[in-house]
Amino acid sequence: MSQKQNPPVFLQRANYRQRRVRDGAKLLPFVGVVLLAIPLAWSSDGPDEKIGSSGLIYIFGVWVLLIVLTAILSSFIRPDVSADATDSSDT
Amino acid sequence: MMSFNALIVIALGYVVLLFAIAFVAERRAAAGHSNWLSSPLIYTLSLSIYCTAWTFYGAVGYAARSGLEFVTIYLGPTLVMIGWWWVLRRLVRIGRAQRITSIADLISSRFGKSTQLGMIVTIISVIAATPYIALQLQSVTLSFAVFAQAEGVAWDRAGFNVTAMWVAIGLAVFTVIFGTRNLDANERHHGVVMAIAVEAIVKLLALIAVGVFVVWGIAGGPGQMLTRIDQSDIVLWNEDSGRWISLIFLSGAAFLCLPRMFQVLVVENADERHLHIASWAFPLYLFAMSLFVVPIAVVGLDLLPAGSNPDLFVLTVPLNEGRGGLAVLSFLGGFSSATSMVIVATIALATMVSNHIVVPIWLSFQTNQQAVMSGDVRHVILLSRRLSVAGIMALGFLYYRMSGGGTALAAIGLISFTGAVQILPAMIGGIFWRGATRVGAAAGLLTGLVIWLWTLFLPSFGVDAVISQSVMDQGPFGLSWLQPQALFGVTGIDPLVHGIMWSMLLNSAVFVVLSLVTFPAPLERLQGAQFVNVFDHSSAAPAWTSAAAGAEDLLIMSQRIIGSTEAQAIFQQEAMHQGKTGTLPEVTPEFIERLERELAGSVGAATAHAMIGQLIGGSSVSVEDLIAVADEAAQILEYSNRLEAKSQEQERTARALRAANDKLTALSIQKDAFLSQISHELRTPMTSIRSFSDILRDGEMTEDEQERYAGIIHDEAVRLTRLLDDLLDLSVLENGQVVLHEQTGTLSDLLDRAIRAAGLHDGVLKISRDRADEDVTLTADLDRLAQVFINLISNARKYCDAKVPHLTIKVIQDGQDYAVDFIDNGSGISPENQELIFEKFSRVADGSKAGGAGLGLAICREIMHRLGGEVIYLPQQSGAAFRVKLPPVKASAALEQT
Repeated sequence: MSQKQNPPVFLQRANYRQRRVRDGAKLLPFVGVVLLAIPLAWSSDGPDEKIGSSGLIYIFGVWVLLIVLTAILSSFIRPDVSADATDSSDT
Repeated sequence: MMSFNALIVIALGYVVLLFAIAFVAERRAAAGHSNWLSSPLIYTLSLSIYCTAWTFYGAVGYAARSGLEFVTIYLGPTLVMIGWWWVLRRLVRIGRAQRITSIADLISSRFGKSTQLGMIVTIISVIAATPYIALQLQSVTLSFAVFAQAEGVAWDRAGFNVTAMWVAIGLAVFTVIFGTRNLDANERHHGVVMAIAVEAIVKLLALIAVGVFVVWGIAGGPGQMLTRIDQSDIVLWNEDSGRWISLIFLSGAAFLCLPRMFQVLVVENADERHLHIASWAFPLYLFAMSLFVVPIAVVGLDLLPAGSNPDLFVLTVPLNEGRGGLAVLSFLGGFSSATSMVIVATIALATMVSNHIVVPIWLSFQTNQQAVMSGDVRHVILLSRRLSVAGIMALGFLYYRMSGGGTALAAIGLISFTGAVQILPAMIGGIFWRGATRVGAAAGLLTGLVIWLWTLFLPSFGVDAVISQSVMDQGPFGLSWLQPQALFGVTGIDPLVHGIMWSMLLNSAVFVVLSLVTFPAPLERLQGAQFVNVFDHSSAAPAWTSAAAGAEDLLIMSQRIIGSTEAQAIFQQEAMHQGKTGTLPEVTPEFIERLERELAGSVGAATAHAMIGQLIGGSSVSVEDLIAVADEAAQILEYSNRLEAKSQEQERTARALRAANDKLTALSIQKDAFLSQISHELRTPMTSIRSFSDILRDGEMTEDEQERYAGIIHDEAVRLTRLLDDLLDLSVLENGQVVLHEQTGTLSDLLDRAIRAAGLHDGVLKISRDRADEDVTLTADLDRLAQVFINLISNARKYCDAKVPHLTIKVIQDGQDYAVDFIDNGSGISPENQELIFEKFSRVADGSKAGGAGLGLAICREIMHRLGGEVIYLPQQSGAAFRVKLPPVKASAALEQT
């Protein structure tokens, strides 16, 4: 009961930003799943509605988007070991 | 046109180049120049073994047949990589902390270093990987055949088989040389990883080169290419949502569970930070690998005669256009894809087979501990790994021969994935859920394995090969709910989706349910906590509690596994760390723990644990130890609770002390006030006595005057005496030194006495009483009680300001209790003064009028307190009203004791 220290309510700006970046990194795969599930709504019944190059462009566009977002987030994530320590005992 | 022999020479030259690269990388790593070797770039490129020949050649064929569905194979790993924070980061951290050597080791280690689980995972992995290796051999063989055919030589089956055999032998030699040469403490293979990285670049360049040639060389630019795609007959999108989602899941899960992927992702990972880069760089690589797949497929369908194998478009399109050089590059790309996959897969599988199957069995036959020699286990492990490499390659080759190398093989890639993915529930459950148990994991794995074999693997051999058509249609023994492709009567879904769904569903369900109902062994719980809480900085309880073994025995045992040089280095280091001068350290549980981890890096957790257990005599962690650890924690908790309680108690004491201090301060002020009051009270009569006695001494006055002055002096002296009497009385009462004299009498007599003594002879105050009520017999100190009554009556006489003062004395009975009210018809006492009147020296009215010192009511209160009664002021009456609550009549006898 008294052993567990409550995490601090307020963080320094940099630490706060770091945590939000990590939240973003955690969220990204779910965004990816949603975007990649959209093709399920496409229909391929009639010959007029044939999914051609536009479907191709959509999939590869989502792919590029995910890669770019991951690259941005990863570059902001502090690659230090103590980042985990700050998780539990921040400032 | 490129001659076939030239192709052979180029391929051999390429292999020699790879050997050289691997050799140089090993040398540099051995010399300590491994900085460049362990960079994020190399790490990312080494992950590319995911892209095998099946994806290099097969993706185009897949796209030609099923359109965009081919991309799911790349999208799954992309999602896993961009979600690296969830699973990969955890796996890599666990792999590093626990010195994990393979995925079988991970599962075995997590569930209490279980040998059996390691075996199950190894067997699943080998079964699932064999067709995949066969697929690689087929790809390489087919690509050779394409060139032979271009030269006008059509191969027969024997030709295919011989080629496949030579490829298999070549790969086995390479793997044995670079993959099993050393028994590294952390199981990294710099040479192999470097060669793979080079191959990764070659295959990417090859595919992009073919793609660029197709888009710009044939189609005439991206715009025309898109138009061409739209005009083509290719069906890009099949509305089969089940397959789309299932395949994304399958490929993502396989990315984590395939032994070769686990090898490069976790075991070969040199630095956790490499994941940061690889998280986007590897998806980028996959993106580049698949960007030109659809264009190549579309152009291949357009240009090549109907009936050509779309799996080989990457080769046949350039050949058809007369681009021999490009075709050779493409061939090298496919060759690279196949070889890198086979090499890593066989290394990973050989490690698993040797650590989890051969060594445990060999150890169980080694009962004679005297016959041990340095490095013998190491020798057994290396030998078994080499044989395993050869064996796995042979299995792949046999599978290739048995299956006939036809198109049936192409479909097996995904089926092989599904087999590997059976490890997923145990793995994910193991790293996220502490409640997962060994029994649950084993049962889940076996369930998944059986369902996978029944629904996907065995039917994949073709109709009537293993499972007859009648069983496929009606189920075994007429049990229709066991039909391989319609389990439990669920029909109408794609056989692959059906297999994935049922195997994963039942695997997970059995795993979870059995985990819930079984109880884990102590070591399991320890390992579970370490795996799940890998990011906490808590130090775990050591798994070894007693250190019964001698350091020498441990050294001999370590030398058996990792050789004498490395073993002695570890022991010397520990001795230095402990501050000992010799070479042998003291055997502490912590040291055994460390040593076991070092050994686990070579032979796997289960074997290392078993070998140390043999020496220590099985005194591994027990339930009691775990409880002791828990007790320790509980004691600390209790201690801190006690501290907290104590500090709370101290706080309470401090509060009480503060209150006492405040009271004392107030009392001190009160005492000062009392002293100043009393000196004032004493001084007034003294002053008049002195001045009048001065006048008397001076003489020269009339007799009358003399008498008057003497009278004043006498009066003042009486007042002074009375004041002093009162003070003395109060002091005696307050100190509790009063002696009470018990008497018995009636209240009526007592009141008569009081009225007589109150000095009402002037007749100003009228008193009304009801004598009938006053017939109460009292046993108390009646003199003291009378004193109270006298005081109250004389107060009424003195202070009642009515024109015709009148005092009513009433007796009130409440059950056994009696009270006497004294109510006059004056203006009473204002509410703010009602609190004060019982205090010493408090006089509401002008003191000079009555001449009292304001001690009367204070004395009354003290007396009543001593008698066991009470005197209070009654508010809301017509005038001043006091109620004297008499001491209880019944209990009056008890007063004698006090």
